[in-house]
Amino acid sequence: MSQSEIAITVNGTERRAEVEDRLLLVDFLREHLGLTGTHVGCDTSQCGACTVILDGQAVKSCTVLAVMAEGAEIRTIEGLAEGESLHPMQEAFCTHHALQCGFCTPGMIMAAVNLVDRHGPDVDAETVRHQLEGNLCRCTGYHNIVKAVLAAAGAQRTPAE
Amino acid sequence: MMYPFSYHRARTLDEARAYFEGGEDAAYLSGGHSLLPTMKNRLAAPDRLVHLAAIPELRGITRAGDRLSIGAAETHAAVAASPEVRGAIPALAALAGSIGDPQVRHRGTIGGSLANNDPAADYPAAALALDAVIETSERAISADNFFQGMFTTALDEGEIITRVTFTVPDSAGYAKMRNPASRYALAASFVARRPGGVRLAITGAGNNGVFRWSEAEAALATRFERGALAGLALDPGDMMSDMHADARYRAHLCAVASAEAVGHQGKLTLL
Ligand SMILES: Cc1cc2nc3c(=O)[nH]c(=O)nc-3n(C[C@H](O)[C@H](O)[C@H](O)COP(=O)(O)OP(=O)(O)OC[C@H]3O[C@@H](n4cnc5c(N)ncnc54)[C@H](O)[C@@H]3O)c2cc1C
Ligand code: FES
Ligand code: FES
Repeated sequence: MSQSEIAITVNGTERRAEVEDRLLLVDFLREHLGLTGTHVGCDTSQCGACTVILDGQAVKSCTVLAVMAEGAEIRTIEGLAEGESLHPMQEAFCTHHALQCGFCTPGMIMAAVNLVDRHGPDVDAETVRHQLEGNLCRCTGYHNIVKAVLAAAGAQRTPAE
Repeated sequence: MMYPFSYHRARTLDEARAYFEGGEDAAYLSGGHSLLPTMKNRLAAPDRLVHLAAIPELRGITRAGDRLSIGAAETHAAVAASPEVRGAIPALAALAGSIGDPQVRHRGTIGGSLANNDPAADYPAAALALDAVIETSERAISADNFFQGMFTTALDEGEIITRVTFTVPDSAGYAKMRNPASRYALAASFVARRPGGVRLAITGAGNNGVFRWSEAEAALATRFERGALAGLALDPGDMMSDMHADARYRAHLCAVASAEAVGHQGKLTLL
C-alpha cells in the first residue's frame, strides 16, 4: 500500500501525517483530524457538502487527494467561529433561516464565505445564485440562503462599531 | 473507496515521463475533476497517478500577435479571469467561466479537459472552432487531427499536453443548452469568424464527440447572420440520444445554439 508524508495547515495549525496515497482530502479531515463538520453528500462530485477553502479557493474536498493538498492551507467550517462568537456568515444563516436539516450547511457556508471574498461586499443576488451552483440543498429552496449571503456580505460593508 | 495506487508529483516533463513509464498502468493527474470521480466509482484503476500541476511548462497564459497560448495546467477559473483571454477571445473566457460550478473551475484544467475529450465538454468545441494547436511533450497537433471521437484523442501513451495555442479570431461566440442536472452541455455551438472564413464546432450532441458542421460554416462564410442557417439541419442519426434529450431534439438544439452564437458574437449565450 503506497503511503506519503504530508503536511497541511488546517485552520491555522500545521498537521503532519503519513497517509495512504488514495486518501481523499475530506476523509483526511473527517477521519484523521476528527473535523466532521465537512460532510459527504454524494459520490459524483456534485453536491458541494464537502466544500472547504484550499489556498483561498472553494473546492470539493471529496475530489482532491490529501496528497494533492500537501503544503496547502485549508479552512473548514470549524475554522470560522472565534471562540463563542459565530462568523458573520454563520450568524446570517441563523437569522435568515437559511437551513433546515443542516446537511448542506457547512459546504454552503464555506462556498458563501469564499464567494464574498472573491466578489466583495456589493455582490448581487444573481451572482450569489450562480456562485452557489456547486452546492445542492434539498430543503430550503435556496431563497433564504441567498438572503443570508447578501446580508452577511452587506454587513462587511458597514462593519459594526 | 478507490482501488489503491501510488501518487507522484512531477516537477519536470522528463520526471513525469519517467514516473509514467515506471507504472504498469499509469495515468496523468491534472485537476482530477474527471479522473478522480471515475476512480471513486471504480470505473478506472490506474496503479499510479503522476501529478502534472507543478511542471512550469504547463503554466502561464500569454498572447503574441494573433496567438493566445494557455498552459495545460491552467484552471478553468484562471482562464475565465485572465485579462489576456478576456481581451483576445471574450467568448473563450466566458466558456471557461461556464464550466460546471465554481469549485470545479477552481481545480479542473484545460489540458485535462482536452485530453479527456468528453463528448459533452466545453473546451473541445472552442479548440476546434478556433483552429487551436495542441502542443505536447512530443509534437504539435492541430485540433482537426486531435479529437478522434468520444473520449478518444491523437495522444499516444504517455504523451503530455503542455499548452494549447488558439488563433485569435475576428470574433467568436458560444451558445449552449446545459443539462440542468450535470451542467454539461446537452448541445452547444462555438462559432468563430476569421479572415479565412467561419469555423463552427458542436459539442454535447454528436454521437462521435465534438465535430465541425461544415454546411453551416459554408453558409455563414457567404453571409454571416443567423438567417444564413435557415433550412440547414443536422441528421438526427448522427446525434446522441438519451433520457435527457433524444436525437431529434439535440439536432434541433444544435441549430438553435448555432444561430444564437452567430447572433451574439463576443459572448456566451445560455439557452
Ligand atoms: C460536477 C462536475 C461538473 C462538471 N461540469 C463540466 C462542464 O459543464 N463542462 C465541462 O467541459 N467539463 C465539466 N466537468 C469536467 C471538468 O471540466 C474537468 O475538470 C475536466 O474535464 C478535466 O480536467 P482535469 O484537470 O480535472 O483533468 P483530470 O481529471 O486530472 O484528467 C482527465 C484525463 O486527462 C488526462 N490528462 C490530464 N492532464 C493531461 C495532460 N496535460 N496531458 C495528457 N493527459 C492529461 C488524465 O490522465 C485523465 O485521463 C465537470 C466536472 C465535475 C466534477
Ligand atoms: S461530497 Fe458531494 S461534492 Fe463532495
Ligand atoms: S438544509 Fe437540508 S439540505 Fe440544505
